[in-house]
Amino acid sequence: MSDLTRMTAAGLAEKIHSREVSAVEVAQAHLDRIAAVDGDVHAFLHVATDAALASAAMVDERIAAGAAPASPLAGVPLALKDVFTTSDMPTTAGSKILDGWRPPYDATVTARLRAAGVTILGKTNMDEFAMGSSTEYSAFGPTHNPWDTTRVPGGSGGGSAAALAAFEAPLAIGTDTGGSIRQPAAFTGTVGAKPTYGGVSRYGLIACASSLDQAGPCARTVLDAAMLHEVIAGYDPMDSTSIDQPVPAVVEAARHGAGGDLSGLRVGVVRELSGEGYQPGVRASYEDALRQLEKLGAELVEVSCPHFEYGLAAYYLILPSEVSSNLARFDAMRYGLRVDGGASAEEVMAATREAGFGPEVKRRVILGTYALSSGYWDAYYGQAQKVRTLISRDFAAAFEQADVLVSPTTPTTAFPIGDKVDDPLAMYLNDLATIPTNLAGTAAMSVPSGLADGLPVGLQVMAPALGEAVMYRVAAAYEAARNSEDGVVIDRVPSLEVSS
Amino acid sequence: MSAEPAAAHISREEVAHLARLSRLAVTDGELDVFAGQLEVILGAVARVGEVAADDIPPTSHAVPLQNVFRPDELRPGLTQEQALAGAPAAEDGRFRVPRILGEEA
Repeated sequence: MSDLTRMTAAGLAEKIHSREVSAVEVAQAHLDRIAAVDGDVHAFLHVATDAALASAAMVDERIAAGAAPASPLAGVPLALKDVFTTSDMPTTAGSKILDGWRPPYDATVTARLRAAGVTILGKTNMDEFAMGSSTEYSAFGPTHNPWDTTRVPGGSGGGSAAALAAFEAPLAIGTDTGGSIRQPAAFTGTVGAKPTYGGVSRYGLIACASSLDQAGPCARTVLDAAMLHEVIAGYDPMDSTSIDQPVPAVVEAARHGAGGDLSGLRVGVVRELSGEGYQPGVRASYEDALRQLEKLGAELVEVSCPHFEYGLAAYYLILPSEVSSNLARFDAMRYGLRVDGGASAEEVMAATREAGFGPEVKRRVILGTYALSSGYWDAYYGQAQKVRTLISRDFAAAFEQADVLVSPTTPTTAFPIGDKVDDPLAMYLNDLATIPTNLAGTAAMSVPSGLADGLPVGLQVMAPALGEAVMYRVAAAYEAARNSEDGVVIDRVPSLEVSS
Repeated sequence: MSAEPAAAHISREEVAHLARLSRLAVTDGELDVFAGQLEVILGAVARVGEVAADDIPPTSHAVPLQNVFRPDELRPGLTQEQALAGAPAAEDGRFRVPRILGEEA
């Protein structure tokens, strides 16, 4: 394996910008790595070899001409979740209904990455329309966890997380509707952040549940995630829910945090997000993380969020309701698949959606249609919206007692492929600890907290809306302390080297 | 009192009706599977009725934004060609669609 693929994004950027290596060499090293291992991992749905090399060459030219790089990440390769529109690459959202579709425009996230000179290597696998927690609901086959290829990498952004853990890319983009950035990060020993709702533009992000969806950075270190965060975040008039406020200074916070001192900081330990239902190894890793935070000078405060236990129920009403409405756009008339199912438009629509959607998407569309039906609306969707209020109030009360909250990111480590695919409710339980943040629109991230039985575990750090700076600071401090005590988690991932 | 959902029983016929509303031509096999699974899921999510009292206001959106306007100015958009580029069928610069009215119309 080339050394270039083992480096951090920050380290690569420094070498590229000082002309020690070229962006083209860096891109080529990652493309070679993808060619060598992606047959086993299947992180990518599309690899954009020519476009990646062309983009990297432009960065090199600019630097050779003596100009400043377009951004601190110019020339660094990235894997983009296939839910963002790209005008020069296919965009499928993991669905057959969009197989072969080429969007006529770039998502704002895509456009910002291009403007920053980031090398987009290709598009990553995901659960269909981001519905799932294992990437098994992709219409194009599952992604395999580089830690153990018989296991899932989490989902929906399993492709992005697996690409990082397999050293196919140092950076990736995910989207998090109920945990789809954080849960795969936990399952693969990588870092993933869900920004405050409205922090990163949703323009060109194929919608799952519009009031919950949020794009965010994925990386192997907290600092790399922070650098990517600053490239993609910020106000966008093309998204009417975009927050018109300055982006929190997360890179500075991550650098400051790595210094290691958390004295004076109050860390809230959420009573309802640990204990029963959490795998013993996950609990042990969490206890150890709490001890380390205390050693860094943080004051641990136990907080109670009594309504979090209703989060999962509220989420699985709100999400399918929004999904059933959002996915109505796949009508076989304007773009995407059309199946000849009869003479009328309605018959063609029904036949196309039947053929183009997978089982989890159909399940959620039907569930959402039910929850929004007259007669059931009050009991289901209406009540779920009230639970959403109660969860926001729980967060508000907790953040009066603590600067950040922590919990394990997931109740278990990565499970075997095929284990939960026919048991939707068991699959949904994966997102127990991550969902409250989406319902409240606050920020949270997952950072590796070691291994349990040889598989990675994540620590979740939650912050108030626009509180990303303190979130990154705590995550960076914890990461540095954990690494110096026990070594870097991702360094223990199997090499995946293919014999030739 | 908050509305309590009735015991979540969802029949095969009800799923078929919902699938029709959702424009999904589901198979008989899928109806059987979905009816069973939806009943389990609805049984679990009905818990929202336990805590959501009448005096709790609903939240539809975490960030309360209202009346987000932009200046009413011409901006570049997709060309007709771009807009039609992904269409399953197009004719004379328009989307060509199957019959939308019934036979007797």
